[in-house]
Amino acid sequence: MQTDWLWGFAGGGLIGLAGAMFLLLNGRIMGASGILGAVVDGSAGRDALENIVFIGGLVGVPWLVSLGWTDQGTNLTTDIWAIVAGGVMVGLGTRMANGCTSGHGVCGISRLSRRGIAATLAYVGAGVIGVALLRHVWGLV
Amino acid sequence: MTDTAKVQGFLDIFGAWDPTLAFVMGGAILPMVVAWAVAARRSKTLTGGLMPKPAQGPIDTRLVAGSVLFGAGWAIAGLCPGPAMASLGYGGTGGVIFLIAMCAGMLMAARIARPIDGVTAWTSDP
Repeated sequence: MQTDWLWGFAGGGLIGLAGAMFLLLNGRIMGASGILGAVVDGSAGRDALENIVFIGGLVGVPWLVSLGWTDQGTNLTTDIWAIVAGGVMVGLGTRMANGCTSGHGVCGISRLSRRGIAATLAYVGAGVIGVALLRHVWGLV
Repeated sequence: MTDTAKVQGFLDIFGAWDPTLAFVMGGAILPMVVAWAVAARRSKTLTGGLMPKPAQGPIDTRLVAGSVLFGAGWAIAGLCPGPAMASLGYGGTGGVIFLIAMCAGMLMAARIARPIDGVTAWTSDP
C-alpha cells in the first residue's frame, strides 16, 4: 500500500517513544529479548516485576487494538516445523547476542553502539541471505 | 513488524523488496537519539533512579554468532521477540507455538553460552 511507510514511521515513532520513556523514567534499556529472556531464565532479579508489567502491556495493548481492527494478521507460516525452528533460533540467538531488533537495533544504533551496529548488520545480513535462499533458491517461503 | 510477510518482504532485497521496516526503524531511532542525548546530561532518571551509562563493549563471537542465528530464524518465521509478544493476543496457535519455542531457545542460551566464551552471568541489557 502507498501509505505503508507512513504507518511504519508512525508506529516506529511509538516504539522509540516507549524506549525513550523506559530509559529516562525507568533507567533501563528497552530490549524485548532481554526483558522476556530474563523472566524466562530467572535472571531478572529485582527487575522481574517491571519486566512482567512491560510484557503485559506489550501483549495486552495490541490484543485490545485487534478487537476493533479486523484486518490484523501475522501471515505466519502454517508449517509447524518452520515455526518451531524459527522460534528456537530467534530465542537462542537473541539471548546469545544479548539483544534483538529493539535492544541492539533501536537502542543500540541510536547511541552509536559498536555492538548494536555489528549485531544489526549480522542479523539483517543473515536474514537477507536466509530469505534469498528460502524464497529464491529453495522456494520454501 | 508483526506482519511476517512485511518482515520477509524487507529481507527480500533480491525479490520484491518492501522498505516499510526501514521506516519503522528510522521512526524508532529518532526519539531514542533525543533520549540518549538527554540521558548523557543526567546522572539520575526523571524518577530519581540511576541512569544507565552503557560502555562500548567488544564485538565478540557470541554477539556475531547469536545475531546470525537470530537473523536466520527471523528469515524462516518472520517474527522477532518484540512482535512475537505483541501479536500473541491475535496471532493464533502458530504465534503461541512460536513464543513457546522462542522461550525454549532462550533457556538453551544460558547453557550454550558457557562453552563459547566462559560467560556465566547474563545481563538484560545489550
